[in-house]
Amino acid sequence: MTDSHSEFSSDVDSHADAPTIDPDLIDDAVDYFIPGEPLVDTKAPSGPIADRWSTRKFEAKLVNPANRRKLSIIIVGTGLAGASAAATLGEAGYNVKSFCYQDSPRRAHSIAAQGGINAAKNYKEDGDSVHRLFYDTVKGGDYRSRESNVYRLAEVSTNIIDQCVAQGVPFAREYGGLLDNRSFGGVQVSRTFYARGQTGQQLLIGAYQALERQVAAGTVTTYARHEMLEVIVADDSSGQRRARGIIARDMVTGEVQTHLADVVVLASGGYGNVFYLSTNAMGCNVTAAWRAHRKGAYMANPCYTQIHPTCIPVSGSHQSKLTLMSESLRNDGRIWVPKRKEDCAKDPREIPEEDRDYYLERIYPSFGNLVPRDIASRAAKYQCDDGRGVGPEVDGVRRGVYLDFADAIARLGRDAVEAKYGNLFDMYARITGEDPYEVPMRIYPAVHYVMGGLWVDYDLQSTIPGLFVTGEANFSDHGANRLGASALMQGLADGYFVLPHTIRDYLADGPFEKIDESHPAVVEARTSVEERINHFLTVNGTRSVDSYHRELGNIMWEYCGMERTEDGLKKAIDLIRTLKDDFYRNVKVLGTADSLNQSLEKAGRVADFLELGELMCIDALNRRESCGGHFRAESQTEDGEALRHDDAFAYVAAWEWGGEGEKPILHKEDLVYTAIEMKQRSYK
Amino acid sequence: MATPTLVKGARAARSTIALKLLMAVSGLVFIGYLLLHMYGNLKVFAGHDAFNEYAHHLRTFGEPMLPYTGLLWIIRLVLIVALVAHVASFVALAARASKARTQKYAVKKNIASTLSSRTMRWGGVALFIFVVWHLIHFTIGKVNPAGGPTNDPYNLMVDSFSLWWMTVIYLLALVALGLHLHHGTWSALQTLGLTGNARARARAKRLGVVIAVLIAGGFALVPLSVLFGLVD
Amino acid sequence: MKLTLKIWRQPNAASTGAMHTYELDGVSPDMSFLEMLDVLNEDLNAKGEEPIAFDSDCREGICGMCGLMINGQAHGPEVTTTCQLHMRSFEDGDEIVIEPWRADAFPVLKDLCVDRGAFDRIIQQGGYISVNTGSAPEAHSIQVPKDAADRAFDVATCIGCGACVAACPNGSASLFMGAKITHLGELPQGQAERDSRVVNMVGQHDHEGFGGCTNIGECTAACPKEIPLDVISQLNRDLRTALRHGH
Ligand SMILES: Cc1cc2nc3c(=O)[nH]c(=O)nc-3n(C[C@H](O)[C@H](O)[C@H](O)COP(=O)(O)OP(=O)(O)OC[C@H]3O[C@@H](n4cnc5c(N)ncnc54)[C@H](O)[C@@H]3O)c2cc1C
Ligand code: HEM
Ligand code: HEM
Ligand code: SF4
Ligand code: F3S
Ligand code: FES
Repeated sequence: MTDSHSEFSSDVDSHADAPTIDPDLIDDAVDYFIPGEPLVDTKAPSGPIADRWSTRKFEAKLVNPANRRKLSIIIVGTGLAGASAAATLGEAGYNVKSFCYQDSPRRAHSIAAQGGINAAKNYKEDGDSVHRLFYDTVKGGDYRSRESNVYRLAEVSTNIIDQCVAQGVPFAREYGGLLDNRSFGGVQVSRTFYARGQTGQQLLIGAYQALERQVAAGTVTTYARHEMLEVIVADDSSGQRRARGIIARDMVTGEVQTHLADVVVLASGGYGNVFYLSTNAMGCNVTAAWRAHRKGAYMANPCYTQIHPTCIPVSGSHQSKLTLMSESLRNDGRIWVPKRKEDCAKDPREIPEEDRDYYLERIYPSFGNLVPRDIASRAAKYQCDDGRGVGPEVDGVRRGVYLDFADAIARLGRDAVEAKYGNLFDMYARITGEDPYEVPMRIYPAVHYVMGGLWVDYDLQSTIPGLFVTGEANFSDHGANRLGASALMQGLADGYFVLPHTIRDYLADGPFEKIDESHPAVVEARTSVEERINHFLTVNGTRSVDSYHRELGNIMWEYCGMERTEDGLKKAIDLIRTLKDDFYRNVKVLGTADSLNQSLEKAGRVADFLELGELMCIDALNRRESCGGHFRAESQTEDGEALRHDDAFAYVAAWEWGGEGEKPILHKEDLVYTAIEMKQRSYK
Repeated sequence: MATPTLVKGARAARSTIALKLLMAVSGLVFIGYLLLHMYGNLKVFAGHDAFNEYAHHLRTFGEPMLPYTGLLWIIRLVLIVALVAHVASFVALAARASKARTQKYAVKKNIASTLSSRTMRWGGVALFIFVVWHLIHFTIGKVNPAGGPTNDPYNLMVDSFSLWWMTVIYLLALVALGLHLHHGTWSALQTLGLTGNARARARAKRLGVVIAVLIAGGFALVPLSVLFGLVD
Repeated sequence: MKLTLKIWRQPNAASTGAMHTYELDGVSPDMSFLEMLDVLNEDLNAKGEEPIAFDSDCREGICGMCGLMINGQAHGPEVTTTCQLHMRSFEDGDEIVIEPWRADAFPVLKDLCVDRGAFDRIIQQGGYISVNTGSAPEAHSIQVPKDAADRAFDVATCIGCGACVAACPNGSASLFMGAKITHLGELPQGQAERDSRVVNMVGQHDHEGFGGCTNIGECTAACPKEIPLDVISQLNRDLRTALRHGH
């Protein structure tokens, strides 16, 4: 396998010598953290990459079916990662409790994914294979993901499609009755399965239905409108530390509940809402992950944020969230801005062809409008910074570029375009009040996905024994940037096919010593939750929770967004610290603890975002290179491309909580590639 | 708040949809009967003897295999069964519906529904009262409000409808019937699961209009003709 | 824009609620309806009055979490979800009446939030295809005619928002149920459990206290995903078939 990369090296990677960095330059963040021990993932078997997963599955201990009922599993989250895991573990006969903050598991944010899901089925015979999907994903992640995990992801991708089809997920089909695929952002094979523009919805409904089936079968109990606020990490009598449960608040009655189990799984999604404006749902939060982090789970690569290029631009200061237009639109839409600033306020239809700058096609002729997300996003930012943005002026700048379907409509006909993208066009029309069949859409980048998350080993176990993390909440598969259509794949891979095997290895030693509510770890967790709630309700300051959140978001977007600099990040850290201080002293949360109280819910989330935001900036400050979604202005090529420094930064930055008010501790996991050769990316 | 339990051993026959099926089938029986009845009534236009002969023929149909009025009783039996089914399921469904939303909206708009669909229940009750009255009038009681003889169906009818208020009562009933059938026809087809696509649905709705106009209109011809002296 | 808002307030499930009137100024037509409520809540918070509880999550019309009765129409005057309704659909000076979904099967939890757990329980009764993870055949071993796949998709878009129930004079969840029955019934994979699925789902529906459908059609008009009435026909037909098969 070691030389198989040659098979793929025919594409456009540059073969320039890997750049090196002056060692003096990599200590931007020294004052902000404490170096820790290096970290190694010991669970991935060695040997040929294609065999590792089978080996691991074989070596993982088994649990006798008769014992499974006695083993209890808590799963926080009912998105693709959580619902699929709960369904599968329920089927296996474990005793599962499933939590979500929405009023039904079906509403987890995975539902919003539009574009599609990758799988190396090679139905199109266009040269796809598990290895190519693996290769594309590692490369898409800019060589910052763990090779063995990614290979496994590619490997199980085909099973996912089988599973979903059997569940009745209505994927798009061709006239012959077979599944259709399309090609998706940044790849040159057709491997993306889709259900019109609602793939996430259909996949999630499939997983949700499988979950509800287990509820009826009595193996899974669901707790909707329950928010996890703390993880219980307890020592048993022999001093073994394990995650043994969670503290959750019943969001309707306000009751603070203790739930104990043999193992805890966090599938709580991503934390993009730290930016306030993002494509995430209103409730997306970092609380579950952050509470675990504070209890000893390492947070890996928190600064890796994906900015999605095709979102509907902000229309004013009231905005509560941003809406994504699926990037599948880039398959047929052409992105441009006027060549001249004077044209920016004009009706785009009146700007003649020769006055338009199709900048992606111009700069990246081989990929054109399909360049990876980070490139497309930054390119849009540059056009707007250059004064050639379009759309309404917000705070004096036009932040938008055109995504034009005129050519596609002329080429394919309006009906074909409507069949493919109709619901997206409708959505756009509804939000903006403009008709995209007539006037080009306007788009602008927005925070969309976070590649960072809790550090997990090959088994998806965090640094807290018995705490597993799946889906967007972990860091594992996407490196510094996520390839389109691979988050859905990862969520379902983790939940249906990976976790059920690896968790049994852990559970085979269970059931673990019983602990009860009087265990000091439980009491501590419970008390801390109650005190926090109490604190928010008694500050009685002057500012609303939302106003803090918005301010934090502005800081993050400004200094830790598409482009990051040493000075900016340092400034951001100071600003966040001050803001956090003010938050605890001046926030105003009305209502009571023992009722449905949305301000209280938000207060807890914002409190955790404030701490996370600081760590993100520290992580970004430390990583003085540009890779994937992380762009440090100090590290770019002459023509403004991201410049990686493999010599200094080919590692996962796993941060340990250092204590309240203390510096975090940085543990590095070196990234070693045996099946792939690291290359500098170039999409020119 | 109802305790969230899962039902075990649900039966198709005990569902609201089964009740609806009953309603639809009995309703279709009524429609069938009304078409026959209307055909009979229209014999009025063939004159006194033809009409009375028809009434007589109804009673002697099938003799000697069936006893005198045998067919009529079969029809009556079917109608009674249908009525019991129709009314019983109406009562059960209406009771359920009223419990399904005990706290009403302060403001509620109707967007897509027809007047006829919303008046099915009151319209049904009105029809029921009408039928009771109608049976007293023509079948059981044979009341001739004009004071004439009651043993001659033709004359009984013509005498009755010579009175304007009788005609008004009947016409009102026919309006209720028309509304009931307008929604009822389409509704029955939908309940039977025969309107699984937009075209079939549109057709069923059109049929509802046709049946409503045909039956209500057909019946109305008689009292109107009498009133306007076209028949005497 | 300046608006008069009449909003249902109810502290918790047990208490009785009432309509309250609020004035709100400075509303921009580009705001979504929920952003307008956010602004109102900021106002209330500043005045020391507890903000109004209402549900939303994705705010892009797909999760089904939001749902308000706006001037007597579920999700308001446009065919979309409440979160995708924009203030440009209203006029300056309008009075807007906002109520929670009303159905006894959807008890009000607080203000405008209701409990739609009944929908989950209906799904638990067979709104799935029984296939254990890992036991699925190769995806291409099942061919689905494009028409069937498309129709299944059309109705699988239901977001479980409950507007159909809210709009139905009978408080019936037939459209929601019919959508799932049709989605799964349209596919070859869904055939094995077809009879038991409809019987059990309808059984749960009735048990939850939803009303029976009398084909009034308000549901489909309120449905943000435009689920057509066909699905109720399909539901009825499937039940009739199950009846015939002795279920
Ligand atoms: C608009 C949009 C479009 C996308 N399109 C695509 C696409 O086309 N292809 C693709 O591959 N990916 C796409 N993605 C990314 C992908 O959808 C997500 O990364 C993925 O679905 C995350 O799944 P998850 O299961 O990890 O988390 P989620 O689906 O976010 O689920 C999180 C769950 O955790 C629960 N939870 C969170 N915190 C708590 C708490 N404290 N207590 C209790 N419960 C909690 C929530 O209730 C929820 O059930 C898209 C994302 C967005 C936002
Ligand atoms: C003259 C006789 C009647 C005829 C021809 C008739 C016909 C019908 C038909 C065809 C339906 C549609 C069935 C369906 O729902 O699918 C119907 C529904 C209904 N009928 Fe009647 N009906 C008659 C009398 C009555 C009476 C006497 C009552 C009540 C006392 C009644 C109450 C109702 C109600 C409430 C419905 C609506 C329920 C629904 O649509 O499901 N009807 N009727
Ligand atoms: C103008 C309208 C109508 C006229 C002139 C009319 C006339 C009659 C007459 C003359 C009879 C007695 C027949 C007989 O005993 O031989 C009769 C019976 C009956 N009519 Fe009507 N009718 C009218 C409308 C209706 C309507 C609208 C309904 C139902 C909704 C109805 C239901 C019945 C029933 C149930 C009987 C009893 C049949 C029996 O004896 O078995 N009629 N009608
Ligand atoms: S059928 Fe329509 S209205 Fe009803 S729950 Fe589904 S999406 Fe909402
Ligand atoms: S409005 Fe109600 S009555 Fe039936 S057709 Fe729709 S569920
Ligand atoms: S908030 Fe998700 S549909 Fe409206």
